[in-house]
Amino acid sequence: MIVTDANSQQNRWKHLHKVLTNAGPYCDEDWIPGEETITALESSKILGAGGLGCEILKNLALSGFKDIHVIDMDTIDISNLNRQFLFRQADIGKPKAEVAAAFVERRVKGVKITPFVGKIQDKDEDYYMQFKIVICGLDSIEARRWINSTLIGMVDMENPESLKPLIDGGTEGFKGQARVILPTLSSCIECQLDMHAPRPAVPLCTIATIPRQPQHCIEWAHQIAWQEKRKDDTFDSDDMEHISWVYNTAMERAQQFHIHGVTFQMTQGVVKNIIPAIASTNAVIAASTTSEVLKIATSCNPYLENYMMYAGEEGVYTYTFEAEKKPDCPVCGNLARKMIVDRNSTLGDFIDSLGERAEAQLKKPSLRTEEKTLYQRFPPQLEEHTRPNLKLKLHELLEDGEEVAVSDPAYTIDFRYKVIFNK
Amino acid sequence: MAQSFHGGPTSKERKYDRQLRLWAASGQQALEDSRVLLVNSDGPLGANSTGVSGVVGVEALKNLVLPGIGGFTIVDPAIVTEADLGVNFFLEEQSLGKSRAEETCRLLRELNPDVHGYFNSQPITDLLHDPDFLPQHKLVIISGPTKRSSLDPLIQRAQELAIPVLYTHSVGFLATFSLQLPAEFPIVETHPDPESAQDLRLLHPWPELVAATSALGDLDAMDDHQHGHVPYILLLLYFLEQWKQAHGGNAPGNYKEKTEFREFVRSQARTSNPEGGEENFDEAVAAVLKTVSPPTIPSTIREIFELDQCQNLTGESVDFWLIAHAIHFFYMTHGVLPLPGSLPDMKAQSADYVSLQNLYKAKARRDVEEVTSTVRQLETQLDRRVPPIPDRDIDAFCKNAAHIKVVHGRQIPQISSNSDAVTLKAIRSQLGIPDSLVSVFIATQILDGVVDEIQDESNDRRFINDDTLWKSHTERILALLTRDDPTPLDSEVRDNINKAIQELRRAEGGELHNIASLAGGLVAQESLKVITKQYGPLDNTCVFDGARSRSEMYRL
Repeated sequence: MIVTDANSQQNRWKHLHKVLTNAGPYCDEDWIPGEETITALESSKILGAGGLGCEILKNLALSGFKDIHVIDMDTIDISNLNRQFLFRQADIGKPKAEVAAAFVERRVKGVKITPFVGKIQDKDEDYYMQFKIVICGLDSIEARRWINSTLIGMVDMENPESLKPLIDGGTEGFKGQARVILPTLSSCIECQLDMHAPRPAVPLCTIATIPRQPQHCIEWAHQIAWQEKRKDDTFDSDDMEHISWVYNTAMERAQQFHIHGVTFQMTQGVVKNIIPAIASTNAVIAASTTSEVLKIATSCNPYLENYMMYAGEEGVYTYTFEAEKKPDCPVCGNLARKMIVDRNSTLGDFIDSLGERAEAQLKKPSLRTEEKTLYQRFPPQLEEHTRPNLKLKLHELLEDGEEVAVSDPAYTIDFRYKVIFNK
Repeated sequence: MAQSFHGGPTSKERKYDRQLRLWAASGQQALEDSRVLLVNSDGPLGANSTGVSGVVGVEALKNLVLPGIGGFTIVDPAIVTEADLGVNFFLEEQSLGKSRAEETCRLLRELNPDVHGYFNSQPITDLLHDPDFLPQHKLVIISGPTKRSSLDPLIQRAQELAIPVLYTHSVGFLATFSLQLPAEFPIVETHPDPESAQDLRLLHPWPELVAATSALGDLDAMDDHQHGHVPYILLLLYFLEQWKQAHGGNAPGNYKEKTEFREFVRSQARTSNPEGGEENFDEAVAAVLKTVSPPTIPSTIREIFELDQCQNLTGESVDFWLIAHAIHFFYMTHGVLPLPGSLPDMKAQSADYVSLQNLYKAKARRDVEEVTSTVRQLETQLDRRVPPIPDRDIDAFCKNAAHIKVVHGRQIPQISSNSDAVTLKAIRSQLGIPDSLVSVFIATQILDGVVDEIQDESNDRRFINDDTLWKSHTERILALLTRDDPTPLDSEVRDNINKAIQELRRAEGGELHNIASLAGGLVAQESLKVITKQYGPLDNTCVFDGARSRSEMYRL
């Protein structure tokens, strides 16, 4: 028989309740510990999302939160089992959000976890408005930027409830970071974008004509040979037959050029852009983000302002600092961000470079100035109409220092850049 | 499930794919060959309170079971209470009243069918009577606070057996842990940053590399396409030759000369082509400061060569020292370490790049062969009774010779009457740094003292929040801190220590799940590095302050 009286609940949460009913030396002097704080904790509705989801749900449930929502679009893959501890071999193929929510509800009595299988982008402002705090362990920069700009767009200065703290965590191998974002008040994901620059892409001409590395051969098989030989099949990086084809094709090319080192593992890594991931790093980062959620929800200790980076290759190294809020941040600032360009490069080259520039990272941009549309991808008539601009040089289209608004289908907002010609 | 098609991964490789990219099959094998011991509690924390809840230990095991550790043993005499269910995820409603060792073992085993889990509800001091118990394990994790009468024999015995130990504390928002490694803990696969691991030998080229440079002929005679595709390494060697001729045979040595040389290389690029420049020359210019230097040997490697274990081999010397000795001999003979043989990517025609790469690989192979033959001679001379050192180990050592590491392990640090002078000195010097988290370490030492007294059986009326107990142990520890250096602790230092004590006492010895889980992640990370002998382990103490979201590490 399971005892469910109030006494057992008090015993169960006694460690947590001790820190919520006693002030500590680092607490704000005005903080009032006790029942009210516990009630505030239990009534806070929290949203979690992303690849750190298993750890985050466990930690939130054992931090005393009672109403947790979780969003995840993915299904369980065999390669998740080395770290996503709520999933078993038999769960492969099932939606992560549902399996994880059911597991934690079963294990931790009294917590309600509501799963949504889908993308964060499927939900609107009304949905996000119901939460007290949003915590994300997302694996793509694109998703992070989307939730960041959405939460910033929701802030209504007249309504303090509209400000939803965003706690973000991410890992790569033995490294990771945790950050706290108070939309419009502190540095945001977009302010910090250039701290997470994308890896430079290998030039297409190297891949096409002068491969030197095994990765170049894999890129060739993936990007060029597939288009030539199998353009009717849509490439699917989860289809083993597709990966094998790319692997074998890359092997042939490598042999032709006497290049060593193409392996199946490397092929998968290149075409799926695999980032190494282990349970321990995920545990460190997820717990540091959920610890911040607990502190924000209860004020039982000061929260992180605003960034902690972690590196575990050499002992335990963390660096905690305050990232700056940038006045020219395209999302939370009100000035256009400077971007230095070559006046002689074409609009087409400039658009391609936006995908790689650390301060932009926009894959499908459309551009306009206050006066004219430079390039518009949609509708098709407008695309056709603006396409000739792609061949023109930047100085033929823009004045030095002119402002350009860039939109991208991945985001709901426009990014403003001030284009400066280099000397 | 076997391989599904030629060259494809097995189901095990697929399951562990994301970690094999970090520690490779060799690290995975080491992990699968290891069993870890978790000593998760050792008696109650006072008359009214159960013992340590042991969440750090269980969370650490979770992070080791998932990547496929061979096995684990949980030693824990505690019975599952309500309070356990509020903080430990690897217990459930039905676990109440049962053995905590058995229940946590059962729920952890569910995570990975490849892992063997064992449990034991006897106190660790009883288990130590069996001489075969401890040696089954490759690593020991102890959840503190643990009374001295249990802790001391355990860490002592582990040290004799050269088994690494992690001793952890997680109380409220604070966590600390220390790693005890054997006196010499060598690491070959340190995984240096690939850029710093390159050794191109531009100022120390071997004959084949010189010949490849001469074979370029006259750069000016090349057409634009050829000129723009000469690998930058050959460009630098070519221009270094010209520089030397103009400078009495000397290569650019100091910063000023290197900058001049860089400008000279820059001036040789063709700018009249449609691109207005040459990518290979840009690469050469960018590489000058980093790569145009005589091969040097890092001081850490020099120190390893000078160690007695490296100098004076015996029949008992482990493989590492034999190879290190052979590499030292190579260094004495040639004045350089074996060539790693890797080449960065650079603008070049495929065939030219591959043949340059083959030059580096061939030289590296010859160096490995030379070291191997020394190793084989040593093996014969020493008359070792162990299998010959595998070729792949010698190969890995040569490739990474400039980055090997030997950690000089220290015992779990304690502040006590028989404390090491080094420990006390390191703590005192940390205390001089404003806001140092070493005050948290001191507070956990005071907690250990308090718990030690509470757990003394003649004293069963003591409580964890007994002010007089805390006061007496605080005074005792503070007095020890001034044992070797009588300069009094200033008021700010005392204030910081008091704050850390206050934050610890706020939780009355209890764990918060977030902080325990975070510490469990860090402890697992260190366990993985120690077991795989890859990357760099903690040396030797880490403090995490969850109230202020930061950490520090010290050698205590």
